[in-house]
Amino acid sequence: MTGLVRQLAERLAAICGAAAVITDEMELRTYECDGLTAHRCRPGVVVLPETAGQVAAIVRECARMKVPFVARGSGTGLSGGALPRADGVLIVTAKMRSILEIDPASARAVVEPGVTNLAVSRAAEPFGLFYAPDPSSQVICSVGGNVAENSGGAHCLKHGFTTHHVTGLEIVTPDGELTWLGDGTPAAPGYDLVGAFTGSEGTLGIATKIVVRLTRLPEAVTTLLAAFTTMGAGGAAVSAIIASGILPGAIEMMDALAIEAAEAAVACRYPEGAGAVLIVELDGPEGDVARESAAVREICEREGAYEIREAASAAERAAIWKGRKSAFAAVGRISPAYIVQDGVVPRTALHEVLDAITDLSAAAGIRVANVFHAGDGNLHPLVLFDDSEPGAQQRAEELSGAILDQCIAHGGSITGEHGVGVDKSSYMPKMFGADDLDTMQLLRCAFDPAGLCNPGKVFPTPRLCGEVPGIRRAPHPLVASGQLEQF
Amino acid sequence: MTAGTIPAALSGACATVRPAGPADAVAGVAASFVAVPASLEECSAVLRAAAGARLAVTFRGAGTHLDWGDPPSRCDLVVAMTAMNRVLEHAAGDLIATVQAGVTLSDLGRVLSAAGQRLALDPPSAGREAARTVGGVIATGAAGPLRLRYGSPRDLLIGITVVRADGTVARAGGKVVKNVAGYDLGKLFAGSHGTLGLIAEATFRLHPLPAAAAFVTLDCADARAAAAAMRAATQSPLAPSAAEVSRPRRGVPLQAAILLEGTAEGVAERAGRMRDLLGPGASVVAAAPPWWGRMPSAAGPPSGPCGAPGTLVRVAFWPGALAGVLESIDAAAGSAGLDPAIGGSAAGVLHAAIPAEAAPEDVAGFVTRLRDLVRGARPGDGASAAPTGTAGTTGTAGTAGLPARGSVVVVSAPGPVRAAVDCWGPVPAAGLMRAVKDQFDPEHRLAPGRLAGVA
Repeated sequence: MTGLVRQLAERLAAICGAAAVITDEMELRTYECDGLTAHRCRPGVVVLPETAGQVAAIVRECARMKVPFVARGSGTGLSGGALPRADGVLIVTAKMRSILEIDPASARAVVEPGVTNLAVSRAAEPFGLFYAPDPSSQVICSVGGNVAENSGGAHCLKHGFTTHHVTGLEIVTPDGELTWLGDGTPAAPGYDLVGAFTGSEGTLGIATKIVVRLTRLPEAVTTLLAAFTTMGAGGAAVSAIIASGILPGAIEMMDALAIEAAEAAVACRYPEGAGAVLIVELDGPEGDVARESAAVREICEREGAYEIREAASAAERAAIWKGRKSAFAAVGRISPAYIVQDGVVPRTALHEVLDAITDLSAAAGIRVANVFHAGDGNLHPLVLFDDSEPGAQQRAEELSGAILDQCIAHGGSITGEHGVGVDKSSYMPKMFGADDLDTMQLLRCAFDPAGLCNPGKVFPTPRLCGEVPGIRRAPHPLVASGQLEQF
Repeated sequence: MTAGTIPAALSGACATVRPAGPADAVAGVAASFVAVPASLEECSAVLRAAAGARLAVTFRGAGTHLDWGDPPSRCDLVVAMTAMNRVLEHAAGDLIATVQAGVTLSDLGRVLSAAGQRLALDPPSAGREAARTVGGVIATGAAGPLRLRYGSPRDLLIGITVVRADGTVARAGGKVVKNVAGYDLGKLFAGSHGTLGLIAEATFRLHPLPAAAAFVTLDCADARAAAAAMRAATQSPLAPSAAEVSRPRRGVPLQAAILLEGTAEGVAERAGRMRDLLGPGASVVAAAPPWWGRMPSAAGPPSGPCGAPGTLVRVAFWPGALAGVLESIDAAAGSAGLDPAIGGSAAGVLHAAIPAEAAPEDVAGFVTRLRDLVRGARPGDGASAAPTGTAGTTGTAGTAGLPARGSVVVVSAPGPVRAAVDCWGPVPAAGLMRAVKDQFDPEHRLAPGRLAGVA
């Protein structure tokens, strides 16, 4: 620990109490990575504040002493967004777990950043509401983390992602001020800083209260599982479903290798011999769901599905999802190590890109299991390798990169929901030009001119935020005369 | 304003540059020049030239809503986007479309509906709906009844190309709906009123065009009844696309109307269920009420040229506060001797229209009183602390610490009213907004003075 960090640790103990500050080396190790275990860095010091005021005081100290800081929710992120700094502070929001308010008539809830995603839905359920963005890690992942990453989940095709469900944020700015962005209404005056902050991967400040929009629980939910002999047939079914005007709550697809892994892990008993399995979930008013379900069935049959199952109960629904939800962890059964990618391609290019992945995989001699959100083209190729084999990780990373290149070449994105973090910052220049990245970083310069807030994430090259040239603006006359308030 | 000859760099930047005329004035502020770029390259060159000549710039789409926001403190150059009117790509299989910012909403609608799709955005206009451009709709953050289900421009925008004050072209987002790479500049630019840069191109996510639609209407005696109807509709499992209320003046019932869309069979079924849910007096009709999708107008039935001549006030609130907001409007209007036409959405946005003849001090009194009432509103019926057993500790309702749960903004008004009223009210995070403005437009030449206290 540097002398500076030691000094800072004393200040943090004064702010939050000694019990909230971690300086012991072994304990610090437990925070050295998030869900992206390939990147590790022991933080200089860890602090667990309990209030927004404490977070603000911590950040003020960091700003005063020019020490970088990183925020961490539950540490489930898959891009290293919460990767700490050895010379900095890791601010963990796990103790800020209160659901402060639920307003069912407004379909709003106000929550602290450490509240888990699923806890929001559980608290809303008695009112017939739920919190729609549902990342696979929702039992553990935090709402604050969801805001940072603009997390999605299987149901975001129809219901949107975090940014569609956040209507107000209290944040601590990188210089330690507590301020509200937005006000929970659909039309707060001024710039949409809530929208700019959501998905900024913890680089613009730390959210300390989140006003979420809750969604009415659907009257009916139907889940179908369809088995096809080839990925092509499955993909054609997806296109046909979308083209028919149906917008399912979720459409997921798994290939043979992913199915094999899931079977080994959780015995999900998907239809034998499937080259591809499609999970389609429909939600909405009862009559509509029944009609859509029949239509989806017909489309799948027409595209060659040889077996179709429909869940008749919550238990059966869970059984259908079990395989898909276990997929990432399941590949651990068939491979010592793996890299999970998060590229997106336009749905119409899915077939081509999947073929390209097959070719790349064969050429490299590296297996790739495919699990993806077929409805929105978000792929999760799982690149499998044996990390005890010399050079295997390197080759797997190269293949991973080649897959991302395919996504970009087909007009897609390098990340659909996991974020850029440290994992993909080197790919940003492949997707965006220098002027694009420079312009985005103007935002960063506005919020964090000192460059202390989660530095080194998202952008490969930080922009220098010098003195702003030009005329210094005088306060608005209404502010000067005291008629206009400022928060 | 720098009247006189067109700067050489500007005439070289763009094929169509001309001196401004009286019709080119922006909210009463005369301009000197008008440039009409026809390509992204010309947009960039025009802004580069404007930077070189230190010109203050206002962007214009159809010019239907230039009276929204404060008048610019300076306006040398108007950049008219009418020649940037091409639909660049419509990938129907991917449910996305990329357009130049000068494309009109109605032209885009025609292209999309041919493939059975739509951009789920229906912002109201006073009669010139056909002319509204995509860029203008994004820049003003305009939305209509469909906002209940589909949100406002920021929720449908997945990619944007902007031109900065110095002419730099920059892209953010992309062509796919699922995309978290980089900062979401589209959200930042939506509703920014042209103060951060020029919106040149936009990519939207689309939705299937519903095969059928029906309205369920109900006359409501008072604010409580109207709010109850809206609550019943939005809390129902019937997935309404929109739920609106309207009242042209005091003393007549509030009309509620709920839009249901989908397949013919589904709509018939849900409309019947909605009618039964709303109780006696509710009826299912095929056509929209005459006020649907239009701003309330103080001059009687909605009609006329761009912008109503009077004052338009927008109130934003938490949906559960609707009854309180309606009552607050009546209370504030009553004490100011006014009788505004009101209309808006269960999503939490209402507009009030006051005739041009109203005395500025009365309008100011109305706005100030209404703002106090709306900002002071506390959580509505049913709001509670989280039940015990949820992960974490509980708190009491109202301790969440928001400075306010609503806002009142004067969207457009005659000059004397603007001078008498604080049009924007308190803006959350105004300091941060100023910092953002300073980064994007350090010389404050883009729509200067349009966003009070910020830009």
